[in-house]
Amino acid sequence: MSLMMGIINNTKNGNQLKELTENRYMASVPFGGRYRMIDFVLSNMVNSGIRNVGILVQGKYRSLMDHLRSGKEWDLDRKRDGLFILPPAYNNCPLGMQKGDLDNFYANLEYLQKSRQKYVVISGANMVCNINYQQVLQMHQQKQADITIIYTEELGEVHDASKSTFIYTTSSGRVVDLEINPITQRSNKISMEMYILERTLLIDIIDECISKGGYDFVMDGILKNLQRYKIYGHHHPGYVGRIHSVQSYYRHNMDLLNSEIWEEVFLRSGLIYTKVKDQAPVKYMEHAVVKNALVANGCVINGSVENSVLFRGVRIHKGAKLRNCIILQNCVIGEDAELENVILDKEVHVSAEKQLAGLKEYPIIVEKKSRI
Amino acid sequence: MMKKECIAMILAGGQGSRLGILTKRLAKPAVPFGGKYRIIDFTLSNCANSDIDTVGVLTQYKPLVLNSYIGIGRSWNLDRRNGGVTVLPPYVKEQGGEWYKGTANAIYQNIDFIDQHNPENVLVLSGDHIYKMDYGPMLEDHKKRNADATIAVIEVPWEETSRFGIMNTDDLGQIIEFEEKPLHAKNNLASMGIYIFKWSVLKKYLIEDEQTLGSHHDFGKNIIPTMLLRGQRLYAYRFCGYWKDVGTIESFWEANMDLLSDNPQLDLYDPHWRIYSVNPTQPPNYIAPNAKIRRSLINEGCLILGEVENSVIFPGVYVGAGAKIRNSVIMPYVKIGANVCIEKAIVGEASIIRKGCFVGCKDLDDFYFHGDPNYGKITVIGENMDIPRGTVIENGAMVSSED
Repeated sequence: MSLMMGIINNTKNGNQLKELTENRYMASVPFGGRYRMIDFVLSNMVNSGIRNVGILVQGKYRSLMDHLRSGKEWDLDRKRDGLFILPPAYNNCPLGMQKGDLDNFYANLEYLQKSRQKYVVISGANMVCNINYQQVLQMHQQKQADITIIYTEELGEVHDASKSTFIYTTSSGRVVDLEINPITQRSNKISMEMYILERTLLIDIIDECISKGGYDFVMDGILKNLQRYKIYGHHHPGYVGRIHSVQSYYRHNMDLLNSEIWEEVFLRSGLIYTKVKDQAPVKYMEHAVVKNALVANGCVINGSVENSVLFRGVRIHKGAKLRNCIILQNCVIGEDAELENVILDKEVHVSAEKQLAGLKEYPIIVEKKSRI
Repeated sequence: MMKKECIAMILAGGQGSRLGILTKRLAKPAVPFGGKYRIIDFTLSNCANSDIDTVGVLTQYKPLVLNSYIGIGRSWNLDRRNGGVTVLPPYVKEQGGEWYKGTANAIYQNIDFIDQHNPENVLVLSGDHIYKMDYGPMLEDHKKRNADATIAVIEVPWEETSRFGIMNTDDLGQIIEFEEKPLHAKNNLASMGIYIFKWSVLKKYLIEDEQTLGSHHDFGKNIIPTMLLRGQRLYAYRFCGYWKDVGTIESFWEANMDLLSDNPQLDLYDPHWRIYSVNPTQPPNYIAPNAKIRRSLINEGCLILGEVENSVIFPGVYVGAGAKIRNSVIMPYVKIGANVCIEKAIVGEASIIRKGCFVGCKDLDDFYFHGDPNYGKITVIGENMDIPRGTVIENGAMVSSED
């Protein structure tokens, strides 16, 4: 049995992606041509040998449930352990929405108590990366840490500092300070919002925080306990795409057009699993001109596509021109239509000869099922 | 167990020897097809889409790939509590046991399996045809006519009638005569090797045929003619649409090329009739800035830096910078080095074609000179080959390892 279990915390990052998160939470935002955000963390966990994963949900989680179903695609439809959806208990808060994530943890404490694994990996769902938690656990055990926080080091200025958590470590890796969503960046170590700790310690932290009126796992459970627990940082050297704004969503999708990153994220260590749609291979027709593009199965292309990411089942008719676009599942682009710097949500139809252009820094987002 | 109205038996034991080195390590139904599938996916998907939930797959020749591919039938939605897919290899009995001697004998040896499901009717299928067909209406016709057997037929070109089993029917579709590969056919309705039998009737004939000396134990040669002779009610069911038996290298290559036309007869993109297959878990394909792609099918996990025209590319293929591929079928996980030229070839799974090789053409001039897909022969490279730098493999060659 694996020593670890996983908790995916999907109670944060609500409406950060505007139209894209109108009807879904971060975890079920489509990404990278055929995935949803949660596929990355979930596959990383499964590839690290984790067979017991609980997903904390809140708010609009219908599309997430639809995506995960029994957990089959991740091999998590198990007799023992497997996939658990952990819904909130709204009767604790009359307003219907909880302030932080701890209430959710608390409402599902029994799941944690019943689980058999010694360690818990906690992660959000807004990081695109390929990481093996087994290695992190080894370091955690070597350092005899109470809590390990996974981080990356960024050279130069960080986008969206105000949406990130920064950490400060000593030369031995001990975390001495933490800053949550500062306006100005002072450290170059950014938390990946992934933690490893013992299950019993997590239960203690939740219990103690709740009893003292705390509501946020990181704020109340970690930041306030920096002196009390041995908290270490684990440096992850690989590629990480942090998604917390339309700009970062756009930028990190486009990152995948670098074949190095494409290989690192999808192929080098573990594979990234997702819901299978059984679509035919991509069909490039007579008039297709495709350069620097990521194209998922089920697409039929007869136009020109440059620097773009196409999700499953997109139709591009003859003469249509796309540049710097992200086109979600089952969109149809009519003849001679031209799109530049545009994100189309699922099932958008762009009729013939229409033109639409955004800016690279401010791409236009078109809502699901729109007709243009 | 609840009585089933109809269960399917798929004959998947054939070697497909005319496919040459493509079936060296696997049975014909397991041969990859169409950039994503294995041939048997079409029959299995037809069953799933026709709501047939109990399927026996009869395997014999090199079954490892096929067995592990089918598994518990999950990919075709055939992992069922009651029924589902069962792989049925020949087995040892008290009195010895033996290989499947013919199509009818294969079913005969599995009478117990069929009886266990106690079906009204049995649908007998081949695992090596490419087609999309709803077996539902055929079963309806079969029941409505109270037929003992219904045989699916398709119109074939008159000049090809001598390759098929031809059904002569009356105006109502009842079969009055069956001719196996006739020199002068009376009509052009060919049997597709798809039969629905009343199980109680078929069982009787199978047992009898087993006792008959000199029988080939074959549906076309023995069972059907005997049933006709005895005056059983046999009907033809006409199928219209794409149907291909990819029995040879040429027809296999052609069937792949058929998918590349603008509106192919076989539509793989119909959301109401998905062709299911085992998912290889690969990312969307990446097309580099200098790549050129036209009239091709390319699956996920491919990294294309070079030029691809009129070709079918399976998942996980790498095409290096400056490489040129035309009129070809490239199987999964093939690596093609920089500046390689490939013309009208089939390259087997996981082979490596190193830098600067010419396959199916002598040099760059020769490559440019060709281009017409009908010109020249098909070059075939087997699986897991490693073709060293700068090798020239001439048009029409077959290259495979010794063992």
